[in-house]
Amino acid sequence: MDWPAITLSLKLATATLAVLLPLALFAARQLARWQSAARPWVEGLLALPLVLPPTVIGYYLLVAMGGHSPLGRWFEQATGATLAFSFTGLVVASVVFNIPFAVQPMQRAFEAIDPEVLESAKCCGLSAWQSFTRIELPLAWPGILSAAVMTFAHTLGEFGVVLMVGGNIPGETQTVAIAIYDRVQSFDHGAAGAMSLALLLVSLATIAVSYGLADRLLKTRRT
Amino acid sequence: MTLAIEVRHDAPLLDFCAELPEGKITALVGPSGSGKTSLLRAPARLLRPRHAQITLAGEVWDDGEHHLPTRQRPIGFVPQHYGLFPHLTALGNVETSLLAVPGPARRQRALECLDTAHVAECAGRLPRQLSGGQKQRVALARALARDPRLLLLDEPFSAVDRATRKSLYVELRQLHARQPTTMLLVTHDLDEAAQLASHLVLIDAGQTVQAGPTAEVLTRPHSETAARLLDIPNLFGGRLETHEERTRLCWGPHRLSMGRSVKGEGACRFAFLPQNVLLVRPDKPWGGHLENPLDGSATDVLVLGPEAVVWIEPAGLPGEILQMRLPTRALDRYKIVPGSPVQFSVRAADLIVFSNSQ
Repeated sequence: MDWPAITLSLKLATATLAVLLPLALFAARQLARWQSAARPWVEGLLALPLVLPPTVIGYYLLVAMGGHSPLGRWFEQATGATLAFSFTGLVVASVVFNIPFAVQPMQRAFEAIDPEVLESAKCCGLSAWQSFTRIELPLAWPGILSAAVMTFAHTLGEFGVVLMVGGNIPGETQTVAIAIYDRVQSFDHGAAGAMSLALLLVSLATIAVSYGLADRLLKTRRT
Repeated sequence: MTLAIEVRHDAPLLDFCAELPEGKITALVGPSGSGKTSLLRAPARLLRPRHAQITLAGEVWDDGEHHLPTRQRPIGFVPQHYGLFPHLTALGNVETSLLAVPGPARRQRALECLDTAHVAECAGRLPRQLSGGQKQRVALARALARDPRLLLLDEPFSAVDRATRKSLYVELRQLHARQPTTMLLVTHDLDEAAQLASHLVLIDAGQTVQAGPTAEVLTRPHSETAARLLDIPNLFGGRLETHEERTRLCWGPHRLSMGRSVKGEGACRFAFLPQNVLLVRPDKPWGGHLENPLDGSATDVLVLGPEAVVWIEPAGLPGEILQMRLPTRALDRYKIVPGSPVQFSVRAADLIVFSNSQ
């Protein structure tokens, strides 16, 4: 087992969640209530990481973070380090390619709330914040939890984008998925097998939890 | 002291203006798609119409430019499917509308409201564990918890069975007698409106067709449209003739006496209610006391429990079929079956004439 790679993957997944979840929560709630002709385009843009090859996303992210890009130059001036091939760069990339995994389950959960329930909340004198915290969040929480689980697991398993943006620097950008690839290249099938099994079990647990929460969401809706 | 509502909107089309009595139950009645639910949502600002001018007893809620936010309006709302918060118990639902009240007093008040709505025993249950009638009562308790000055009810009885509905009518009437809140009730059921509302507003295509005390609107439609919305089946064409200051209604070969207030000449439309068609007992001869006696023959008979409907073709008016309602025992007693000759009368005061002749 490559414990530094596993630790790095867990650190990356946690950082991604911490950055992405609040942003995705806000975006999902807004999208769920937004009525506009532009909505399919915005939704399509957010869903792009689902259909684009990871190498394509990785390429664009690498260009956006490179030393010639405004973002890359700004980061280098501010920190003295490059954004590409760094852990911070990996977090940025991870946030971007996880957007659909975070936004979509939450958006569906907010959309599933009966409009009559929200109107009743207004008529009960609840402010927008009270309605969000007391009514919408509790009703959407299975979707929020599902989004968190999916994002976490997907970050652990992502390979292409991480390799493009972060390269393969042990202790800095080498995640568990890249470590598996590395072990296979060096014919260390024992370590590769153990890490693959660990990822398999995590993925299975993730999907099971996700389905369980979706089921619970449906039951909650049945009033 | 009134609730004044003036609403104009494009989709759905609304051009509504009415003053409704405060402290009374007013029913908004109209066919599906007539805009009654949209109108109900306007005082809660759940609909944002192009123009809204709404005041309750002089307090301005909407004045065209300025609008009081929904949560600041002293309203209670019972939507069609109750809108209960599915993750909260019945008690939690009622407590949510009492957030301005401090903790212990809030719980006490919420329990009182559930008790008033006869669902105190359901306090700990989630909405999915309640029957339709219980959900309706919890929604009503939640809406009443804030002591609203206006209670909005959107077809609240449509999803419960007939027996539950009847007991809910009684409970709502009792509740209103104890706590005379201004209520606006949307329904397409005229019987429901008749049982609950003291005032009735008939709506069609977003416009007021007729408004007034329920009994008056139900029995004296002002227009043919109102008569159609009230589902009055006896709606016919005739002709008014005035001779020596007495106006008569010519209906085929018949000359019917009219009330003294009816004046005019020429073609008209007229209506009368089925319950105002009086059966002339065969064992009782025609007399001068009968107004507008007519002969006819029964074409069909339908027994609806203690009441029956008889379809009659009046003599000399082939193809014109009117409806008469009478107790089923009268049907049996006078042996009225399809094909039987029937003598009946319609009092002059019960004839309602439309068009420009009134």
